[in-house]
Amino acid sequence: MPEYSWPPMNKRAVMGKPFDRLDGPVKASGRAKYSSDLNKPGQLFGMFLHSPHAHAKVKSIDISAAKAMEGVTAIRVIAEPGAELQWAGQEVAVVSAVREEIANDAIRAIKVEYEVLPHVVREELLAKVGSRAKAAGEQVTGDPDKAFKDADAVSEGEYGCPVITHCCLEPHGNVVQWQGDTINLWPSTQAVSTIGGDLAKQMQLPATNVKVQMDHVGGGFGSKFPSDKWGSEGAHLSKASGGRPVKIYLDRANELTIAGTRPSAYAKIKMGASKDGTITAWQSESWASGGLGGGGMPPIPYVFTKIANFRLNHTAVSLNAGPARAWRAPNHPQASFLTCSALEDLSAKLKMDPWDLFHKNMDMSPRPEVYRKQLVKAAELMDWKKKWHPRGSETGNIRRGLGLGMATWGGAGHASKCKVTINPDGSIEVEIGSQDIGTGTRTCITQVAAETFGLPMSAVKVKLGDNAFPASGPSGGSTTIGGVSSSTRKAAVNALEKLFERVAPGLNVAADQLEAVDNKIQQKGNPAKGLTWKQACQKLGVDKISELGENDQRAAAKEGLNTSGAAGIQMAEVEVDIETGIVRMRKMVAVQDCGLVVNPKTASSQVYGACIMSICSALMEERVMDRMTGKVLNPDMEFYKLAGIGDIGEIVVHMDITPENDKRGIIGLGEPCAIGGLAAIANATANALGVRVPMVPLTPDRVLAALSMNRRNA
Amino acid sequence: MQNFEFANPATLNEALGLLGSQWGEADVLAGGTDLLSLMKEYLHSPKRVVNIKNIKELGGIAKSGTGLRIGATVTLDELASNALVRQMYPSLAQAALEVSSPQLRNMGTVGGDLCQRPRCWYFRRGNGLLGQDENGKSLVTTGENKYHAIFGSGPALFVSASSFGPALVALGAKVTLVSASGKRDVPMSEFFVSPKSNGEREIALKPNEILTQIMIPAAGTNATYEVRHREAVDWPLTSASVNLTMAGGVVKSAVVVMGHVAATPWRASQAEQMLTGKKIDAALAERAGEAAVANATPLSENGYKVQLAKVAVKRAILKAAGLTV
Repeated sequence: MPEYSWPPMNKRAVMGKPFDRLDGPVKASGRAKYSSDLNKPGQLFGMFLHSPHAHAKVKSIDISAAKAMEGVTAIRVIAEPGAELQWAGQEVAVVSAVREEIANDAIRAIKVEYEVLPHVVREELLAKVGSRAKAAGEQVTGDPDKAFKDADAVSEGEYGCPVITHCCLEPHGNVVQWQGDTINLWPSTQAVSTIGGDLAKQMQLPATNVKVQMDHVGGGFGSKFPSDKWGSEGAHLSKASGGRPVKIYLDRANELTIAGTRPSAYAKIKMGASKDGTITAWQSESWASGGLGGGGMPPIPYVFTKIANFRLNHTAVSLNAGPARAWRAPNHPQASFLTCSALEDLSAKLKMDPWDLFHKNMDMSPRPEVYRKQLVKAAELMDWKKKWHPRGSETGNIRRGLGLGMATWGGAGHASKCKVTINPDGSIEVEIGSQDIGTGTRTCITQVAAETFGLPMSAVKVKLGDNAFPASGPSGGSTTIGGVSSSTRKAAVNALEKLFERVAPGLNVAADQLEAVDNKIQQKGNPAKGLTWKQACQKLGVDKISELGENDQRAAAKEGLNTSGAAGIQMAEVEVDIETGIVRMRKMVAVQDCGLVVNPKTASSQVYGACIMSICSALMEERVMDRMTGKVLNPDMEFYKLAGIGDIGEIVVHMDITPENDKRGIIGLGEPCAIGGLAAIANATANALGVRVPMVPLTPDRVLAALSMNRRNA
Repeated sequence: MQNFEFANPATLNEALGLLGSQWGEADVLAGGTDLLSLMKEYLHSPKRVVNIKNIKELGGIAKSGTGLRIGATVTLDELASNALVRQMYPSLAQAALEVSSPQLRNMGTVGGDLCQRPRCWYFRRGNGLLGQDENGKSLVTTGENKYHAIFGSGPALFVSASSFGPALVALGAKVTLVSASGKRDVPMSEFFVSPKSNGEREIALKPNEILTQIMIPAAGTNATYEVRHREAVDWPLTSASVNLTMAGGVVKSAVVVMGHVAATPWRASQAEQMLTGKKIDAALAERAGEAAVANATPLSENGYKVQLAKVAVKRAILKAAGLTV
């Protein structure tokens, strides 16, 4: 059995070093080609006709005028007469044409008669959704009624976060060509190795007949796994147009309307505690919607899973709105927000510093020691104990506040295969059916291979983004870094062993006594007895060595190359102008649990980006549904607001890179860092104002309403 | 967008000959930051687009008597960085800088700012200028109106999108509107109008006219304050511009105009009266802010804008007076 384990932390030359992203220059200069940049010879443009109604039945559809237009190559009806459309924006028909504007004109020439049906598009008031509510069964543990009766302090609150969208910079879509029995797909996807099979199934082709290629993807965040209608309908259009490639991408409005959302989450939460701050009881009535399918209960109580007495009720609300898709840490930001907000309110009731309350109750979490350590570190970086003040003690028009939020995640590596080739000229090629979704996957794979061969980064060429390469899992669940690093490591070790076998006889050293370090193959610890890497590879003659490596999820835990379990604490400091209700970020601190970190720069970039996403969702982002027309009113980057550079404040990222954590192997961290920030900012605002703003985003109208309610109550 | 004819005239006369007598025949293109999106959304489908960026006489900033003449195609960036503008009309330079996207400042023009269409999301989603359903019922009053008007009796409930409107009204500026048959100078206070039907426009410009220049007279001490949710590019929630004529530390006369609160820039005469004859301090500015919004008529979801308009007025006054905001 070859020795796959990671080299000791202090012996690594390439892994663990903060290399810049290899794809940075091409992306920053605009030379990187995303699939949406491609223009294939003979390419056609595809475009959907979308439903103008939130809920309607198609009575009739007439495509004759569109079909007769010059330049239109194919039209397909997706919603035949009788079909029920369940959200505005749902696909009704699709057209391909030689030019984009002709496709657009053709779409407008299709005549559809609809029978408009009643719609429900808003869920923030559960009492108003009528029959769209579907309650799940009650869950009870312990004796919550008695626990509340016995509690020294009981706090109650109502909290909510709306549906938000993924806002991918590169919208959903693809270029696709169906010629003969083969489909070529150039997608924008998080799943290079599986999207082809997904499309093949719908087209009733063998999976081997769909070739997938993609160099870069302009954001996915969980919304780009399936082949989708742009894949299947685009392929049909291509076939119907004599096999010409079809480019079909959503425009911004449709991107924000139908290409995926994060479900909402609302809850009335009651918590009980004893005088010393020990949490004794939890009760929640939550509701959520992710579109027509309703919305599941976020995992609440979050992190504090061992509260002795609790009662949970949840209602899923079905809406006539674009469907949900996985959104960076599905349901966790919502759960963290609901739970940590309720905890902050409980601490205010107890007149306790929430830091103390969280710290005291960490035994109710699965990893008490880790969280306590993180709380201490985050407090140090935020200067929490010096800055914190009780709720409502701030005066003046500009008020500052501190808040905190927590996260937990898995992050074990996905199934991944990789092929590593050593060429006689000494060059190294890594082929892997993975994708770099902007996280630095290319760079990290290069580091792992270079480390294993004792070579510089420049000696390794990584090829990914092609389903002809050994299959690797989709990039979801923070599983990529663990999966691809482990398979690359194993393939590289396997290839290196073969090289050792070839050069061992000439060096008169047993193959298992060789090592690859500093551009050399040498007897372990003896630089005098060895060959340069080039000399060693020349011994291959005309042969090359190609070896596979696999991360098998069942064996991974035993092998120890990757594992799971990532905790995290985030803190926020905000400044609120109480005359305008505008909340400004001053500082965020993110203390991020991790395992072995392949590249601290790309890893901490994940955390910075996640903090910014949290700021957006805490202060600005919401999909505004119009109760009258049933449409999204802000499917644009104008009123669907995201933070700009001036809205972000200072962000301090602390990666918990330690020898103990390093021993755990690699753990994905793209998602855990995107969880706690929302709660931290909401809590910081409550601390600043002296009153809870129940709903996020914390827009001026909501902040001013909470302040005026507070004044009335006082 | 619909196909259209593109005209690239070199002179104003040539351009005027290319305009139509009805809306929909021709649209004037300058920076294009609004027109192109209107065309892509099929909200404007002109038969002809007349580019005026190559007409030299429409550019430039120059002294004119005791005031300034600003050409219609001057970009927001040129305006914000012009020394005369900064010195004489800080309210205008501040308003230009608050358009916080360098791309918009580089492309957008002063004339375009005044002629841009409202950002009302019902209008932009195809429900007409007044935001109505197919039966003529207002979607704004029953629907989502957090960004809509808090002044005015309707039926127009959008807010004027112009960043310069409030400052130019406060400064007593005039615009020159030229057609093939002549030209007229229109006071800024009459340039913005509240349309009564979907077929009307929210400005006094006629389809056969081009806005060529803005004439600003000498002004008193002036300032603009904008309340914006984002630091990054964003529309103001409310804004206010003030122009104070001072005599011996006392306000001799005042013009106070609020922005983004009505279909037109909205003059706050009660606030003006309150300031006149007094020395400005924080308490007076506060009272003037309150007076400015005393007659506000907010909709179901925009009551908060009353507070924001009050704050904008207060802070614009303090800023003009050189006091801490």
